[in-house]
Amino acid sequence: MADPKSLYQEVILDHNRKPRNYGTLAHASHKAEGHNPLCGDHLSLTMNLDGDRIDGIAFHGESCAICKASASMMTATVKGKTRAEAETLIGEFRDMATGKLDLTGRPHHLGRLTVFAGVRDLPTRVKCAILPWHTLHAAFNSVVSASTESEDDPMHAPIGDA
Amino acid sequence: MTAAPTTRKLRLASAFDVERIRADFPILNLKPGGKPLVYLDNAASSQMPQQVIDRLVHYRTTQHANIHRAVHTLSEIATSEYEEARRKLARFINAREEREVIFTSGTTESINLAMHGYGRKFIGAGDEIILTTLEHHSNIVPWQMLCEEKGARIRVVPVNDAGELLIDEYESLFNERTRFVGVMHVSNALGTVNPVKHMIAFAHSRGVPVLVDGAQAAPHMKVDVQDLDCDLYAFSGHKLCGPTGIGILYGKAALLERMQPFKGGGDMILSVTFEKTTYNTIPHKFEAGTPPIAAAIGLGAAVDYLSGIGMDAIAAHELDLLDHATAQLSRMPGVRIIGTAGKKAAVLSFMVDGVHPHDVGTLLNQDGVAIRTGHHCAQPVMQRFRLPATARASFAFYNTTAEVDALVAGIRSVQSVFS
Ligand SMILES: Cc1ncc(COP(=O)(O)O)c(C=O)c1O
Repeated sequence: MADPKSLYQEVILDHNRKPRNYGTLAHASHKAEGHNPLCGDHLSLTMNLDGDRIDGIAFHGESCAICKASASMMTATVKGKTRAEAETLIGEFRDMATGKLDLTGRPHHLGRLTVFAGVRDLPTRVKCAILPWHTLHAAFNSVVSASTESEDDPMHAPIGDA
Repeated sequence: MTAAPTTRKLRLASAFDVERIRADFPILNLKPGGKPLVYLDNAASSQMPQQVIDRLVHYRTTQHANIHRAVHTLSEIATSEYEEARRKLARFINAREEREVIFTSGTTESINLAMHGYGRKFIGAGDEIILTTLEHHSNIVPWQMLCEEKGARIRVVPVNDAGELLIDEYESLFNERTRFVGVMHVSNALGTVNPVKHMIAFAHSRGVPVLVDGAQAAPHMKVDVQDLDCDLYAFSGHKLCGPTGIGILYGKAALLERMQPFKGGGDMILSVTFEKTTYNTIPHKFEAGTPPIAAAIGLGAAVDYLSGIGMDAIAAHELDLLDHATAQLSRMPGVRIIGTAGKKAAVLSFMVDGVHPHDVGTLLNQDGVAIRTGHHCAQPVMQRFRLPATARASFAFYNTTAEVDALVAGIRSVQSVFS
């Protein structure tokens, strides 16, 4: 198992302390709620799409450091990107967190988001990192609420019970 | 004045040799990630001493057959060992008779048995069931299922900010529709020891039977079901140094006789024709099918082991650990203890300011300290204290003050990572 302290790197601690894009957009075109009933993590995502491009995005909620930092870095990364680009990132992030993406062997677009690679060794924490991405996916599809436990969740990752 | 408690403590300390006890638990030698394992998740499941492991091996290598069914020698041995385990459990909780002990798969199944066996037969539309805010989901959900089916209603005993039940409120919940009370003996989320003896006496004065969820009490204190006068008492083997997949429901014989069977099948019948089936006597009426024979025998060995040490000595040592931990944590800036009842068992829930419990748990794990984080299957408690989750350290008799100190050092290092 990787040293969990390597997961709690300065970047993650910094985004936890000072989350970017924290709050709610007043006139959002898309929104979704993300919820992990097993640990009580909860986050609210609002987003404005200008055509196909993410014009504005914000989140708020109550969660652990991993989830909050993941949400903060996610919003910073996808702002200004197209829906297709964001969907690619969602898939890549999920694959990285569940250990299905070989970061060195396959080209990807994750950039600094690879600081979360360590969660794959912490099965109970994978869902914390993925929750914001589930929620973004739900927001695109105007699914009102995303849950890491719902069975019809298209993003459900088979990672066992937390 | 001060001399008496000191001598008493010295005497207990000398009688209780924790290092000798630890030598019985092979798993405590593990060094996950190179650090000695500090196992403080005993409320979720406790560890098994070599004596119980050996008993399981002995059964599996020399005594296994199905029980109550065959005339051959092995079956007779297995049957008598299984029934001997029942006798041990009956003695452990001071039941009047061994037929008052029903083997189940654990607390959850015991409570479901009570719901199906008693609730579905005797509770109807408009009737009321009293539960408490502190209950584990396993003593809430079965009763909600019953209420949905029958149109009955749940009334909930509130708690104060210390995590103690409000007994006046409990008493005022009783009315002519009250049919049943379900209450936990010790809270798994906060450690509160509830005044169940008083609560039972009050319910009985209104003619209402009481189920006690003893999952967190039986491992930590002497339980005497006759003294408590409870009607039903449930606990799990795996929190008591025994195997998983086994537990008991104790019930007063007269009550068990009136209850209906929970599951149908072999062993729970006297005779079967397609016209009419006659149920077996208690406890067999409630033990349909082949039970977890080895696990029951292992649980028998576990209660022998605990009785050998003595439940009073176990309780005294665990309270020393709790006092030590409470004193340390309450002195730490930025740490808040959740659950400060006057009477507690060895459970310590806490919050570290600015750090989510899951991050606390992950970082402590890196120091080899295993605790539980989350809602502890007690979401109404979390809602009451407006918390999404807590970090929880829970102690067993094989834990040491040095391990409590490792927890404290671990929390300090969590604080420094997040500072
Ligand atoms: C108070 C209490 N009741 C019931 C249970 C459920 O026990 P089991 O999962 O062994 O059925 C637990 C275990 O977590 C508990 O702490």
